[in-house]
Amino acid sequence: MKLPVPRRTVVPGVLASFEHIDAATDAIRSLRSSGHRDLTVYTASPNHEVEDAMGHTNSPVRLFTLVGGLTGCAAGFAMTIWMARDWPVLTGGKPIVSIPPFVVIAFELTILIGAFATLFGVAVLSLAKARRKIAYDPRFTDDRIGVFVAARANQAAALERMLREAGAVEVTHAAA
Amino acid sequence: MAVIAPNFTITQTHADVTRDVIATLEKPNRGYYLALFGAVGLFIIGLITFGVLLRDGLGHAGYMPPIMWAVYITTFVFWVGIGHAGTLISAILFLFRSPWRTAVYRATEAMTVFAVMTAGLFPIIHIGRQWVFYWLLPYPNQRYLWPNFRSPLMWDVFAISTYLTVSTLFLIFGLIPDVAAVRDKATGWRKFIYSQLSLGWQGTDTQWRHYSRAYLYLAALATPLVLSVHSVVSWDFASSIIPGWHGTIFAPYFVAGAIYSGIGMVLTLLIPLRKALRLEHMITEYHFDNLAKLTLLTGCILFYAYTMEYFVAWYSGNTFEQTTFWMRPFGPDWWAGWAMIICNAFVSQLLWFRKIRTNLTALFVISIFINIGMWFERYVIISQSLTNDYMPWAWEHRMSPTWADWGILAGSFGWFGMYFLLFARTFPIVAIQEIKEMIPLPRRARGGGHH
Repeated sequence: MKLPVPRRTVVPGVLASFEHIDAATDAIRSLRSSGHRDLTVYTASPNHEVEDAMGHTNSPVRLFTLVGGLTGCAAGFAMTIWMARDWPVLTGGKPIVSIPPFVVIAFELTILIGAFATLFGVAVLSLAKARRKIAYDPRFTDDRIGVFVAARANQAAALERMLREAGAVEVTHAAA
Repeated sequence: MAVIAPNFTITQTHADVTRDVIATLEKPNRGYYLALFGAVGLFIIGLITFGVLLRDGLGHAGYMPPIMWAVYITTFVFWVGIGHAGTLISAILFLFRSPWRTAVYRATEAMTVFAVMTAGLFPIIHIGRQWVFYWLLPYPNQRYLWPNFRSPLMWDVFAISTYLTVSTLFLIFGLIPDVAAVRDKATGWRKFIYSQLSLGWQGTDTQWRHYSRAYLYLAALATPLVLSVHSVVSWDFASSIIPGWHGTIFAPYFVAGAIYSGIGMVLTLLIPLRKALRLEHMITEYHFDNLAKLTLLTGCILFYAYTMEYFVAWYSGNTFEQTTFWMRPFGPDWWAGWAMIICNAFVSQLLWFRKIRTNLTALFVISIFINIGMWFERYVIISQSLTNDYMPWAWEHRMSPTWADWGILAGSFGWFGMYFLLFARTFPIVAIQEIKEMIPLPRRARGGGHH
């Protein structure tokens, strides 16, 4: 069976590799101010300075967590109440629909579905960008900081000069 | 050089961290194979015992009325408890932004997953007809029956399976960037496998943006979960009317005990592991000092809970309650009662001394005492209460573990050890990405702002 893997289009542009975090964030800022919006920054661990330079807002993944958690809670109560009424068994003289014990089930399902929804959110939000094949270097998971600028071939030489001036230790070109 | 805490600095660069952690995945030494061989051997003993139980039934396991919960439930509670320290360190201390958790949390989280996997086997072994264990789940069936959600045993099914699922997701999610780091250094067929497992992780700003948030929410979900799981386990006991079980103190008492026993297991695992994997410069005295302080804290809560149990038994004026608690230290199984009190309440008090907290040999010995003591705690709670309930005929019975009990107990250690050892060999046991997050990246300019 062939999996329906979407064809990944190679994005042309310039990939710069930095050793210094401040050099990288300065380069990001000047690229953004000169109108380059299509940037990809690679770091080995999450970095607040990169986040600030890129102007990122809070990830919308929290909406997935909230909706998942609420769904789990509702599902927990709905399931227990419905099942208790569908097959009523009287135990310990307690009401058929006794909410306090059902809270435990609803609580566990809140956590369970909330966690699944969070991961689903990350997958959905990241997949949109994964369709495009962007130049990468294995040293970015080690100690280098990578900045990729999507650009046409005729802009590449000017961008390379600008990135080298900003402190990039290595610049490569990616063609479509 | 990054100063993390007054007595804790990291001198490594990002490249050093990657190199040192990936070095742990290289060909292991003879000690590792010996340990793995031992674990697999124990597991096979458990497997054979289980085979006999499947053929003949639970009669081999010393299940005689009134003791219908015996060593299997003892060991079930023991393993669930072990898991709790891992989630405390990986999720709760993450929310508290504790810097020392980063070096140890991967190992403890793996311990959690494998301990809960081990624990999950025991209710299934315990039910007798193991092949119909799925009757516990609410699914449409031709008998038109649904499980009774007023029963604490059903809460347990939901709590344990949720705990196993969420802590597994949390472990795997945390591993993704580290697997990518291993992928980028690996060669040959290993590179192919780690590439598949890294799920296309490259560490782009978009990926980190969603990842960091999601990790925070997973930690926030795991925190109440871990507190709820052992509370639910304690309610298996506390919602009955058996003397010695029917106590409102049970939920916090069990949670503190769980974390206490879990950190005991963390110490037992990490002290040899850091030496075997040459991680002495990453998992330092500072980390063990903090782990020991957590042990001391939870040990003190346990001390208080034990005292309270005896006080309430006396103060309640309930003869059955009083007899149960009298029988714990002075009944025929007095040795188990004292093992529990000495190993848990008293041995942990040694950790007031800094000299002992930073002496790894002493800590290792104490951790073994904790493991034994916490197993006996559950043994005492189960055996002493079931043989001292309201029926006089129960009073002359005693819990007597058989070869089938010891076989499964040994097998559970093998099953757990096997997974833990294989994990330590295959995946980074120290979180590369989170250690790097603590080390500031080099700057070109002096005096750059840091926030």
